[in-house]
Formats: sequence, C-alpha cells, structure tokens
Amino acid sequence: MFRNTYDSDNTVFSPQGRLHQVEYALEAVKQGSAAVGLRSKTHSILLALKRSTGELASYQQKMFRIDDHVGIAIAGLTSDARVLSNFMRQQAMSERMVFNRPVPVNRLVSAIADKAQWNTQEYGRRPYGVGFLVIGQDQLGPHLYEFSPSGNSYEYYAMSIGARSQSAKTYLEKHYESFMDSNLEDLIRHGLHALRETLQQDKELTINNTSIGIVGPASEHEKNVPPGGDFRILEGEVIEPFLKTMIPKEGAESGTAAAAPAADPQPPAAGDEDVQMGE
Amino acid sequence: MDHFPTNWGRPRNDAFDAYATFPIHQRPSNGPKDAFSQGVQRTQQPIVTGTSVLAIKFKDGIMMAADNLASYGSLARFKDVQRLQPVGEYTVIGAGGDMSDFQYIQSLLDDLVVEEFTNQDGHGLGPKEIHEYLSQVMYGRRTKINPLWNSILVGGVKDGQRFLAYVDLLGTTYSASTLATGYGAYIAQPLLRRAVEGREDTLTQEEATKIIEDCMRVLFYRDARSLNKYQIATITASGASISDSKALETSWGFAEGIRGYGAQTQ
Amino acid sequence: MTSIGTGYDLSASTYSPDGRIFQVEYANKAVENSGTIIGLRVKDGVVIAVENLVHSKLLMPGANRRIQTADRHVGLASAGFLADGRHIANRAREEAANHRDTYRTPVPLKTLAGRLGLYIQAYTLYSSVRPFGISTVVGAVDKDGPALYVIEPSGVFYGYHGAAIGKGRQLAKTELEKLKLAELSTREAVTEAARIIYAVHEDSKEKEFELEMSWIGDETDGLFVPVPKDLREEAERKAKEAIEGDFE
Repeated sequence: MFRNTYDSDNTVFSPQGRLHQVEYALEAVKQGSAAVGLRSKTHSILLALKRSTGELASYQQKMFRIDDHVGIAIAGLTSDARVLSNFMRQQAMSERMVFNRPVPVNRLVSAIADKAQWNTQEYGRRPYGVGFLVIGQDQLGPHLYEFSPSGNSYEYYAMSIGARSQSAKTYLEKHYESFMDSNLEDLIRHGLHALRETLQQDKELTINNTSIGIVGPASEHEKNVPPGGDFRILEGEVIEPFLKTMIPKEGAESGTAAAAPAADPQPPAAGDEDVQMGE
Repeated sequence: MDHFPTNWGRPRNDAFDAYATFPIHQRPSNGPKDAFSQGVQRTQQPIVTGTSVLAIKFKDGIMMAADNLASYGSLARFKDVQRLQPVGEYTVIGAGGDMSDFQYIQSLLDDLVVEEFTNQDGHGLGPKEIHEYLSQVMYGRRTKINPLWNSILVGGVKDGQRFLAYVDLLGTTYSASTLATGYGAYIAQPLLRRAVEGREDTLTQEEATKIIEDCMRVLFYRDARSLNKYQIATITASGASISDSKALETSWGFAEGIRGYGAQTQ
Repeated sequence: MTSIGTGYDLSASTYSPDGRIFQVEYANKAVENSGTIIGLRVKDGVVIAVENLVHSKLLMPGANRRIQTADRHVGLASAGFLADGRHIANRAREEAANHRDTYRTPVPLKTLAGRLGLYIQAYTLYSSVRPFGISTVVGAVDKDGPALYVIEPSGVFYGYHGAAIGKGRQLAKTELEKLKLAELSTREAVTEAARIIYAVHEDSKEKEFELEMSWIGDETDGLFVPVPKDLREEAERKAKEAIEGDFE
C-alpha cells in the first residue's frame, strides 16, 4: 500500500491541506457491511446486511436502538459504534430528564459529530472507525442523517454506507424522487433493492442476513407497534413478508457489475470477515 | 443591630460578633469553637421579596399577574420591579420570593433561550420544557440544601396546547387551571377556582382580565406586602405580551368605621 | 515551498530554517479549496453569504446549513473543514455566553473575534494538536454598530468592510471593492451578495450549489437570522439575470 510522510499522525496536515489519518478512518467504514437508509413524509427506515463469521456463529448486530424515537445502523468498527451509541443514549436520557422531551434528532447527531471532530485534532487519539446512519422522528417529522468519522454529518433523502455502498447509492439516486410520497411497504422494497446491490455475486438477502429498522406508523405486516410509531428493529421471520415484495432482478448474473461503476476496490476474499481493530 | 430586619429589636447574640466590635483578644471567634459554627450555613430566609403571583387558564391561553413590589422585610423597598418575565416565544414565568434568586433564574433561562436560538434548527423550548428544566434546577438546589428561595408559575401556549404549572424552592411541582403563590394561595385561590373551574374553555380574555383584576384588588386589601401597581401577562397562540403597569381602583372609606386597633383611642 | 519534505513541516511546533511554520500554511490550503464565503458590512447591518457546494443530490435541500449562530446578534461561517467550523462555532457560543454571564451585556464582536483568535492561535503552538483547517467570517451588530471580522488558521484576525474566503475569493474581492458598502442597506446588500456568489460559482459551474444567506440589520430586530425565503429567492432571481446579462 502507498505510504507517505504525512499519514502516520492525525495532527499533521499534508502540504495539500489534507488529513490522511481521517481519510483512512473513512476507509474503515467501507470495510463494514452495507447499511441503507431512506425516508418518506411519514417514515424513516434503515436496512442493513449482517455478516456471520461461520456456520456455528451468530450474525453480527448492525442496528441499535437509542431511544423510543431514534435508532442507528452502523458500518465499521462495532466497538467504536457501541461507545458512540452509549453516548447517544445518555444524551437522549438527559434531554428527557432535564426538558421532558425526546431529544431533537439533529442535535443528537451533531453531538457525536462534535465528539468525532476532537479525535481528528488531538494527538494520541485516532478518529472513530465507524459510520452511522441515524433515523428518528421529532417535532419536525421523520429524519435520516449520516455521521462519519471526519466529524461531518448531513441530512439526506436516502443514503448508504459500508462495503459496496456506491452500488446502493446509484440505485437510490435513480429512485429517490419517489420516496417522499411512498408508503412504508414501497419504501422498504426500495431499501431492499438498494441493499441487494451491495451483495456479492452469489449472495442474496435472507431473513438471517437482513435487518430492518423503522420509525413511523406500523406496516400491515407488523404487530404490536405502539401508536407513536417508536423505533423498532425487525429481524428473522417477521421480515419474510417484506422480502417477498422484492422484484427479482433482470439478468441477475450480469446486473450487479453493470450497476456498480465505482464499486469499492476491495479484495473479495475479505468480504465475509469483520474488521479487526489491529489491522 | 445588623442589617437583617427580622433581627431588629431582638436580643443580640454575643457569640457572634458580626461587626468585629471586640478587641482582637476578646473576639468570640478566637475562643473554643462551637461545633455548629464550623458547619456551612446557607440561605436561611429570603431578603428582598416579592409576594403573590396569580395565573389562570382561559379560552385562548394563559393569563398571569403579579404586582410591582419588592419588599425588604416589611418595608416597601422597590415599587417598580417586574416579576413577570417572557422566556422564549411561548412562555411567561412569574415569581414570588427572593428577588435576587429570581434574577439569577432569569439569567439561567436567558442562557438557555440563547442556546436554543443559536441552534437555528426549528426546535424551540415550550412552557412544558421550561417548567421541567426549572423544576430540575429547583430540586437540585434544595437537595444541596441551598435552595433558590422562590415560588414560580410557568404558563404558556405551544402547538395549540395550554400549559400552566407551579414549582417552588423545594422542587415541588403541580398543575391546575388556576394557580396562586404566596399569600395569594390562601386568599385568591378560592376566588379563582370559583370563577374559572369548568369554564376554562369559554372564558374570554376580557372576563379573565376581570377575574384577575378582582383578585389582585382583594390581595391588595388583605396582603400587607402587596402594592396597587401590577402587570398582566397574556399568552395566546399568537405569542406572549406583558402589559404596562396598571393601578388598582380601591376605596378605603370603610376604614373610618373600624375600631379596635390603630391610632384611634375608642 | 522548497522545504516541503525536509522534516520541518511535520509539526506546528517546528519552525523551518527560514522561520516559517509549514503546518499553518498547509492548514490554509484546506481553506483555499472550500466553497466561497463572503461577508458584507454595510450601513445598518451585516450579510454573510455562502456558496454551499452540494456533494450529492440525495442531500435534503436547506437542511445542511454552513452559517452558524453564536449569540442573538452574532453569526459566523467557516471555509475549510466543516467539522472544524462546528468546533469553532461551539467555542464562539461559549465565549459569548461567558461574556454575558460576566458582564450582563451582549459581547462586542471585537472582543469575541479576539477571544477566538487566541483560541485558534493556541492550536498553532503545540505538536500535540493540529491547527484549525478553517478561516471564519464573523459578523454582528453590537453596541458600536455593524462589525465584520475574518479569523485565519494562524489566529490573526482583521476587521473588514467586505470579506471573501474560499475558492472564489479573488473574484469576490474584486466585486466587493466595486460596491459602496458603507452606503448600502442590508436589504440591498443581500441582492449584491447573491449576485457575487452566483458570479464566483461560474468557474465551477458543473457542481451544484445552494446559496445560503443570513443577516442582521434594521429589519431583523437585533437578531442574526437566515434571510427570509422570499427575499432570498428574489435576490437569486436577480443574480441569475445579472449573469445571463453578462453573457450577452
């Protein structure tokens, strides 16, 4: 791999004014499996692809509940994600305690973004190696945000992060104009189609490797959702009806490569391994 | 003699030499110390005080009133004090009790409002949030045995919802369609309840003003720490406004006929 | 920069043999490639305008603002790293709040800019931190009237009538110099600011951008707030007309 003088330390600018350590941290996000987020006028949803290290192992956890009204999907170092999600939970709880209200989602995202910025400026730290998609609903309706290790955060109509997320992004850019007025079932179908673009050649979405996170009123396929439409994670058999709504791809063999002009340059062999901290 | 009005005319406590009137070797503080005197002693009583605050719900929102007096003991020390304060776009608070503590609370809330403003994200603090915040501050301080010596009413309208609640120096909170603090809790509250309860959704602004004015008049007759100058805050869906000071119409002709105390001999 | 790669450019706490601090100069590079930001100090107020480059069409329009608010009367915008800009905005809020708690009066912009300058300068002293990769435009109306400053990664700050930072700063400065800033009203300044941002964007036309403007002046009740939608759209319409006029 290419090395240069200015990349070993996050407190050093390169002559071009870049921070190589931060850019490498953004690469760590791309090592994790993909997550996709979309929103309509009524709902925000997350979809994520779970990896398993082998037949005897369980699948990884890709989504975390932060509060009744907020949830996240992650890509990158899971242990970093747990630290940050813990912080988000504390922020959400203290907002409930001090002001008796659900924390505005944008402020929650800004809080972790500000935290991440510190790690790009002080010696002896490393930037976080994880990216989030954050969904939530507050006084202003549903939201979808992306958080990244550089300390940036943005609000999107739809977004994807993680391995081969560019393919999902291409799908989302093609269809996003219809999302705002979609119902929940259509939104999830679009999400599954986008997530499918990130799969390797011979893989497909199953009830085992797919997680769906939702905020907003219940779908016809869901039971026991509180009237407020709290954040919930669907996994296992309950996602079967959603998987069935997917429209099979035309020419499944060649389709993936064609739809992914700028797929991440990543060795396929490493695809099923989760990232280790030491690497 | 010291500057605490409540101590005036009482026997002097020679164990405490407030103004260092003893020669150094005789000073009480040089002697063996009383274990209690080593302890920390914090606010024991309010100093400059405001009296009652009244508030009711009416058809379009909340109406609140407080007079303009800040007393120093029984002395009517400051007669131009505003005890009603708008907080953000949707809320007004009114405070009785220690006025310097109230000024401190105002600065806390001002910081909060600026912080909220600088976020510029479309989220704003409503009366519910401000009341919760205040109750946490008040309870936190009382738990440190260092209370902010106030009783406060928080009223407002946000997202079509009226809100009216109380919080005091102990962190006690409650909510009702009529509220009164201080002396008003004894004198005005029964009158307010009779006039308002069950009619919260039909009372007009004029009727509400009349009810408040009548109660302020009764309080001025009965409460020796009150003033006939007061302000009314009205909070509706279109925002909060606080009136200029108004004077109460009162008549003291009946005092002629009162016998039994005062200057007259029979 | 002949000393690049000689080892004298790896730390903010190291001078090169000819007395330069390269890390601070490199930080300036991060500023130079950013979207253009301009500030106009006029008769009764201040306008800040940003060429907010849109890196994806999936972004929510209007939701990702670059102009921040530090106090009721103070606004700021940073060119360079977005996250560093948020850091300095948070610091500005703290400084403004501290001043208000201490003196019970709104912070004068000169004081605030000075405090921020000290803060940013401290990040050029140590090898354990990097300098800020931002230049910041701060504007306000305070007790002495309208004020506008720019703080650079080195910590130096100057007051301006019109300021421009980021990629299109040269052209923007030329355009600003043509204006009689001291005679404009804030409402007129909004139109001029929109025109200048649209003009400097001509060089990178292939990229999408959002025009973002905030102001404080006689019309804003002492508050630093986003320019109302109808006025902004009106200014954008005029800006587009002016540019088309140039081509004819």
